[in-house]
Amino acid sequence: MKTEAHSAITADHHPDQHAHGSLSTYLLGFILSVVLTAIPFWLVMSGELGNKQVTALVIMGFAIVQIVVHMIYFLHMNTSSENGWTMMALIFTIVMVVIALSGSLWVMHHLTTNMMPVHEMSGMK
Amino acid sequence: MPSPDLIKLIFGRLTLESLPLHEPIVVGTFAVVATGGLALFGALTYFRLWGYLWREWFTTVDHKRIGIMYMILGIVMLLRGFADAIMMRAQQAIAFGGSEGYLNAHHYDQIFTAHGVIMIFFVAMPLVTGLMNYVVPLQIGARDVSFPFLNNFSFWMTVGGAVLVMASLFIGEFARTGWLAYPPLSNIGYSPDVGVDYYIWGLQVAGVGTTLSGINLICTIVKLRAPGMTMMRMPVFTWTSLCTNVLIVASFPVLTVVLALLSLDRYVGTNFFTNDFGGSPMMYVNLIWIWGHPEVYILVLPAFGIFSEVTSTFSGKRLFGYTSMVYATVVITILSYLVWLHHFFTMGSGASVNSFFGITTMIISIPTGAKMFNWLFTMYRGRIRFELPMMWTIAFMLTFVVGGMTGVLLAVPPADFVLHNSLFLVAHFHNVIIGGVLFGLFAGMGYWFPKAFGFRLEPFWGKVSFWCWVSGFFFAFMPLYVLGLMGVTRRLRVFDDASLQIWFIIAGFGAFLILLGIGAFLVQIAVSVLRREQLRDVTGDPWNARTLEWATSSPPPDYNFAFTPVVHDNDAWWDMKRRGYQRPLTGFKPIHMPQNTGTGIILAGLSTAMAFGLIWYMWLLAAVSFIALLVVAIGHTFNYHRDFDIPADQVVRTEDARTNLLAGAK
Repeated sequence: MKTEAHSAITADHHPDQHAHGSLSTYLLGFILSVVLTAIPFWLVMSGELGNKQVTALVIMGFAIVQIVVHMIYFLHMNTSSENGWTMMALIFTIVMVVIALSGSLWVMHHLTTNMMPVHEMSGMK
Repeated sequence: MPSPDLIKLIFGRLTLESLPLHEPIVVGTFAVVATGGLALFGALTYFRLWGYLWREWFTTVDHKRIGIMYMILGIVMLLRGFADAIMMRAQQAIAFGGSEGYLNAHHYDQIFTAHGVIMIFFVAMPLVTGLMNYVVPLQIGARDVSFPFLNNFSFWMTVGGAVLVMASLFIGEFARTGWLAYPPLSNIGYSPDVGVDYYIWGLQVAGVGTTLSGINLICTIVKLRAPGMTMMRMPVFTWTSLCTNVLIVASFPVLTVVLALLSLDRYVGTNFFTNDFGGSPMMYVNLIWIWGHPEVYILVLPAFGIFSEVTSTFSGKRLFGYTSMVYATVVITILSYLVWLHHFFTMGSGASVNSFFGITTMIISIPTGAKMFNWLFTMYRGRIRFELPMMWTIAFMLTFVVGGMTGVLLAVPPADFVLHNSLFLVAHFHNVIIGGVLFGLFAGMGYWFPKAFGFRLEPFWGKVSFWCWVSGFFFAFMPLYVLGLMGVTRRLRVFDDASLQIWFIIAGFGAFLILLGIGAFLVQIAVSVLRREQLRDVTGDPWNARTLEWATSSPPPDYNFAFTPVVHDNDAWWDMKRRGYQRPLTGFKPIHMPQNTGTGIILAGLSTAMAFGLIWYMWLLAAVSFIALLVVAIGHTFNYHRDFDIPADQVVRTEDARTNLLAGAK
């Protein structure tokens, strides 16, 4: 581990070693975000794909790419930043989000199928 | 007479009728609290302590003082939460044979809700956070947490939430929904009064504090460890704190969102959790337990860390199986996200879902069991000193294993169908929370008290408290297991079957013993303060302990360590002592420290005012406080006096004073 190399003298303050990006990477990120936002708007407003469900899925795909663009160009994340802690935090976050989302979908699908009353309530009670 | 519109704009739905003047118990409580509050206020004014409190405590950014304030908050709220508990026990013990008891349904329902909310959010959480705040930076050889101002702000937000919940006792009423406020009961149609709004905003305000303090402590542990302290050389308490704060940061946003959706349902008429218009109350239950189950581990993991430190210190041995302890903690962290459905097996998900979550729940007992064996093997052939923290640890091992086993029993879905919502469940979770978290907190308070104040806690009254608590716990909750197996459900106010009464009387007796335990604990603190000269410890290491916090003086100086220690081994301080460590006596440099600021308490006060406005529909108050909140927050960014240097000669004076004390002790 890297910390072992430190002596007691340098312990107090690390020099700031973050990559802060340059104007061109920020511009690239900005253009990509705009494009990735404009296309979904166009898809919805023009109804180009015809099918609402397909449109929704495609928009979700664009949203995920958008997240990756933000992480790379604005949050400056890569596999080595902060000794790999950002990557570890990202993996953990993804695991948690996947568990919570897929679990909820699974559970709620079961609950909805088994337990939700049929909408015509007139016959009940 | 001003116009009704103006009154409505200012006071919202708060009227004189909102004050619970018709509840003699509440009025009596108010009289006592008001008298006590006035006496305290008068005393503080008379002794001119307000300025001191403001400068040295309320505005402090020192993690040690903030930690102590968290502990005080937790202990004060423990008294409130326990008052609710003993009222419930008394009600259930006498409401037989046609007697209605002494609490009406309206009041009783508020009491059991408030008991749960207060004990989890405003007792266990502040006490756990307080210990982490105090101990973690010292254990890793840091000068403070990563974001000292944020730490102060987090604390005051937690206080803000507690103030709202306490205010509900005298102004209006609290929720009557149970501690998780399930819809549809908590929806506006069934709970039109302010109770659920107090619940929502109390938790939202405190939740900001909890989340921010989680971020702060993760950052502290990841970034501020002393040189040489690799991850696998961190003390176990720091490890469990890290995992707990990861859980906080990952799960509290879920709670925030669920409560926000519920408030949208209540305030603007959306239908997320309603029965019709496409809403589903079951989604609320699902989401709140995605937060709720990790919350259980947020509380218990630090307790596990405390027991690890205590066991190895008082057995005079290195912790058995350090690596397995760390991995068990990490595995529990991940698994705690995979079990939430076991809180609602009976809601109707099919066999496949129930068996998946039943099995994951049972799997959690494996790493927990591994920890138990690690503690036992640490004690094995150790030279065990039965000081109070060690006694709490042994009581924990015996008690917690019972709670763990009933937990595994409840994890079996068919068994859960019988026991769900029964007193068996109530007995189970009190068994793990009291036997695990609370015993751990008492062990931790006894263990680190001499570090924080420079003298030990007095052991006699501590032992009285210990035996009252432990025996009281068994008297109070073993009868509930029996009653639960007989099918008695929770949250009942009156009973028909006279044969059950004896069990409730035994449980009430147990609660009385716990009352004595709490009283003895307060006496213990008072006696310790009075006899502090006899109990004084000048070495800074009264227990012959092993981790870095014992390397500095008790109480530690503002800067914790004059020189950042260098770590070469697990149990860094033990290693330093073994190699004949000599305190540096010269060469001190100025130390760069953060400056106190009042912004944290002001922001939290404004947030609390805004929440109060939202609860009572006082839109004017809410809007004004929100704008003030923004102004103060932006104004704070222009505050450039955020740090200062402790001059070298002051460091020299502090360290020389310690050198003299140490020389005098020999």
